[in-house]
Amino acid sequence: MPSAREMWRMAESSNSVVIQGLTKRFGRFVAVNHINLEVRAGEVFGFLGPNGAGKSTTIRMLCGLLRPTEGSANVAGFDVAQKPEMVRQNIGYMSQKFSLYNDLRVIENIRLFAGLYSVPAGQLQSRIDWVLEMANLKGQERLITATLPGGWKQRLALGCAVLHKPPILFLDEPTSGVDPIARRQFWELIHQMADEGVTVFVTTHYMEEAEYCNRLALIFRGAIVALGSPSELKQNSIRGELLLVECTPLGEALEILQSVPGVIDAAVFGNALHLVVENVQTAPAQVSTSLAERNVAVQRIERIRPSLEDVFVALTTMKDAERAA
Amino acid sequence: MSGRRVMVVARKELVQILRDPQSLMIVILMPVILVVLFGYGVNIDLKGLPVFVFDRDGTQQSQDLLKHLQASQYFHVQRVVDNYDALTRGLDNGSAKMGIVIPWNFSQRLRAGGPVQVQALVDATDDNTANILTGYVQGVVQAYSAQVQSQWLSAHGAPLQFAPIAVETRTWYNEDLESSAFIIPGVLALVMSVIGAFLTSLTIAREWERGTMEQLISTPVSAGEIMLGKLLPYFVLGMVDTVVCALIAIYWFRVPFRGSFLTLMGSSAMFMVVVLSMGFFISVLAKGQFAASQIALITTFLPAFLLSGFLFAIEQMPLPLQWITHVIPARYYVLVLKKIFLKGTPAALLYADLVPLAIFALVLGILATRSFHKRLT
Repeated sequence: MPSAREMWRMAESSNSVVIQGLTKRFGRFVAVNHINLEVRAGEVFGFLGPNGAGKSTTIRMLCGLLRPTEGSANVAGFDVAQKPEMVRQNIGYMSQKFSLYNDLRVIENIRLFAGLYSVPAGQLQSRIDWVLEMANLKGQERLITATLPGGWKQRLALGCAVLHKPPILFLDEPTSGVDPIARRQFWELIHQMADEGVTVFVTTHYMEEAEYCNRLALIFRGAIVALGSPSELKQNSIRGELLLVECTPLGEALEILQSVPGVIDAAVFGNALHLVVENVQTAPAQVSTSLAERNVAVQRIERIRPSLEDVFVALTTMKDAERAA
Repeated sequence: MSGRRVMVVARKELVQILRDPQSLMIVILMPVILVVLFGYGVNIDLKGLPVFVFDRDGTQQSQDLLKHLQASQYFHVQRVVDNYDALTRGLDNGSAKMGIVIPWNFSQRLRAGGPVQVQALVDATDDNTANILTGYVQGVVQAYSAQVQSQWLSAHGAPLQFAPIAVETRTWYNEDLESSAFIIPGVLALVMSVIGAFLTSLTIAREWERGTMEQLISTPVSAGEIMLGKLLPYFVLGMVDTVVCALIAIYWFRVPFRGSFLTLMGSSAMFMVVVLSMGFFISVLAKGQFAASQIALITTFLPAFLLSGFLFAIEQMPLPLQWITHVIPARYYVLVLKKIFLKGTPAALLYADLVPLAIFALVLGILATRSFHKRLT
């Protein structure tokens, strides 16, 4: 029979990050509200939510940069409040804003961070070569960092964060402001790292990026509103079925449909509406009659599979309704 | 404390300074500009001042005195007038800064062994100039009076009971009355305030502003390592600038250097710790480059300029200001500098100034260390 202490160790060895009741308040504002979370070793864990939801605050607490107001977080086996220095030895961190030194050359940034992470002298050259290779910056070592295109900068920042082969990587919106091709390349790198056993904790507000994660937590107003793999979330989080309605004018249709019985939720998605309905058999007829009565032209009504965005909208409107009630 | 981490931070900081034209200008040009500016520009020596002369005696002896006056290079005898009104008019309309009146019985009294008084009317609209003028004219007349005395001695075989004009003002340490000798050593305090406090005040603030601090503190580097690594380049540059300024002072402006070079470097290092700590402390608190630089200027450069005794004598300040100067670290450093340069005071006799400086260095150093944490707020 293993002791409680041993049990804890075992749990730790398979979990890279264990968060319990983690809370951060700034004055009266609650940025992060009692979140609980376990991130398994070697997974790509996504933290998805709108701006201001508390993603960066959480990641900063996990990196030991902010002291939690309440609760605890254990990263790589070390408590972030008690042993922030041990945490920092074991993590790589990319902050939201590009924050390498713009006035240094590529190689100078790499050497600086290699020094800060105390990469052993014997491994230095091979690590530098590895980073240049990984970030596709071979031959660009002498460039001043400020002159690099956005995608290159991000790869350099990632490279600088993994010079010391950290078991856990925290990436705070790593692809914001980067073009779609560079973004896709960046995600390939993330998965490459995960394949080598690195745990990647990544925040994003791009829904399509969330699909690249093994598991996701949806965070809204400082609280986790859903947790699971992308497909689990899509299957389980929406009560009812989803209809796509193409019609004009959209605004008026939205207003009308919100009061049609059987429609749980309605939201604008691009140039169409997504409706969450109780009964997918009877709803299309009901919807088209209601719209026709008010002279809204309907082009198409179709049952669709929910995207993560649908999940997110459904969950957040539910939360808002709870708050209002 | 990892030496390697301190050095990588220091190297990074040095590269940034060398790559930033503004910082580079401050490090390389500013010290030279300040020394030259104060060496030439703020020269409170006066030369060739226009003087009107009213010689009521008109003898060879009175002419002799006037020749001395003319030869002194401080004065230029603009006009010789023959009435009192012309003299006062000259002062009134500014064509003369001083009027000299030699009494009608000048040579007669001197033949009798004196005393006799030469009148000097000084334009005192600028009291500083007036003070200097008075000093000069006294110097010249005294020298002449000494000459008369020695002539008397050789003629009569016995000295005079009293000097024909009995003024006793001796100028010690700065025999030539060169104001640059008083001023230039103090410029070192200004230069170090700019390098140490002003430039340093930007370093931490800049990192917060650009977001690089967040990346820096996410690594295992400690707060102490960041502080040491960041300050090291400024310390070295500040000391190099000190040496450069001292060399310009000594070899270009011919400021006497009578003390030991080691004492100069030691006390400068102490003052450097003071200003670096202040700059660092300000930078940590301000978190914005603009605010930090303004605070640094107001708390270090201005006091070093106005209240250190570098340019304005502390004894001549209002009493409350004199009290305030005791908490201005630059005051002690400027005193030490003047003593090392002009008097050659050995380190052992400088403790009255070095001890306060050391206390400032210690207290501010601790304050700076304590102020910086590796946390976002």
